[in-house]
Amino acid sequence: MSLKAFHVVFLISAIALCLGFGAWQVRVFLEDRGWLDLVLAAASLLGGVALIVYFRAMLRKLRDFSYL
Amino acid sequence: MPAAAIPPLDMEIPYTAEARPDTGVYNAKIGLWLFLASEVMLFGALFSSYILLRVGSPEWPQGLLSVPIGALNTFVLIGSSITVVMSWLALKGNDFGKFKLYMGSTILLALLFISIKSFEYHDKFTHYFVKLKDGTELTGHIEGRPFNWSLAKLKASANAPREIAFHPDAPKQGEPVPDSTHQTLRLPVEQIAKLESFGPWRNTYLAIYFTLSGLHALHVVGGIVVMLYHWGAGHRLWRKSREQFTNRVEVTGLYWHFVELVWIFLFPVMYIL
Repeated sequence: MSLKAFHVVFLISAIALCLGFGAWQVRVFLEDRGWLDLVLAAASLLGGVALIVYFRAMLRKLRDFSYL
Repeated sequence: MPAAAIPPLDMEIPYTAEARPDTGVYNAKIGLWLFLASEVMLFGALFSSYILLRVGSPEWPQGLLSVPIGALNTFVLIGSSITVVMSWLALKGNDFGKFKLYMGSTILLALLFISIKSFEYHDKFTHYFVKLKDGTELTGHIEGRPFNWSLAKLKASANAPREIAFHPDAPKQGEPVPDSTHQTLRLPVEQIAKLESFGPWRNTYLAIYFTLSGLHALHVVGGIVVMLYHWGAGHRLWRKSREQFTNRVEVTGLYWHFVELVWIFLFPVMYIL
């Protein structure tokens, strides 16, 4: 497995973590109304979206590289 | 008896740049994946231990670690995974200057991760549990934030104080606010039955937290050493064999991604669940 393939695996995990953590922080914010929870939720969800954009760009850029 | 033949120092090691016909990849990549397989077993055993300890525990502490700090460290590591791939791509594009920039950024992000982790560790070793002889239990900080005190150490010190100034923790959401909150308590040392910091000895959760995160941090330090070597002395091999150097950076990137993937599991397990 090449660095490209491992990067794909890592990015999928990171995107899942960012979106999942963001959703969890939204739930915490709705319960506790802490401003830090809202900041963390927004940062995680935005981070997740940014990683999706990067993921698509990366796949285009590395399309000639092997997965092996 | 004939003298053993000494191989010349400049002998050529095969398949460092080109793929080996039977495996389809160069040797360093196979070697690195075998190493990572052993690492999966190591971390897998520790994660399994965590699950067994947690399932068998009647209660599990929550909120001992700072989620914002853990999240910040997660973002730092995700950023470093992008820069390490960029450094490899720079070499593929024959741009050594950009490689230095991206590899340097990866090293800085890794150092930032270790700094934040050290801050977290320090915070745990300056956070205390106190049990008084009348049965009262308190958690909080001792004035001056002494590092890793215990009752035995306190009594044995040359200038043993007769009392300590203690700042109790703020109550968690939903808990009643005791009178002592926001006050500095003066606790006579002779009234203290137990004093310990939130180190790995405090409870099972902290023991597995320090084991897992400490082992992970050691891996991060190992990665920093290897990346510093590539960043510093790398130009010599780059001049001699560009393909071989690019492959070395790729396997370093594979190792780095593994270390980051461990953190992707470690963060929710230790900080959130």
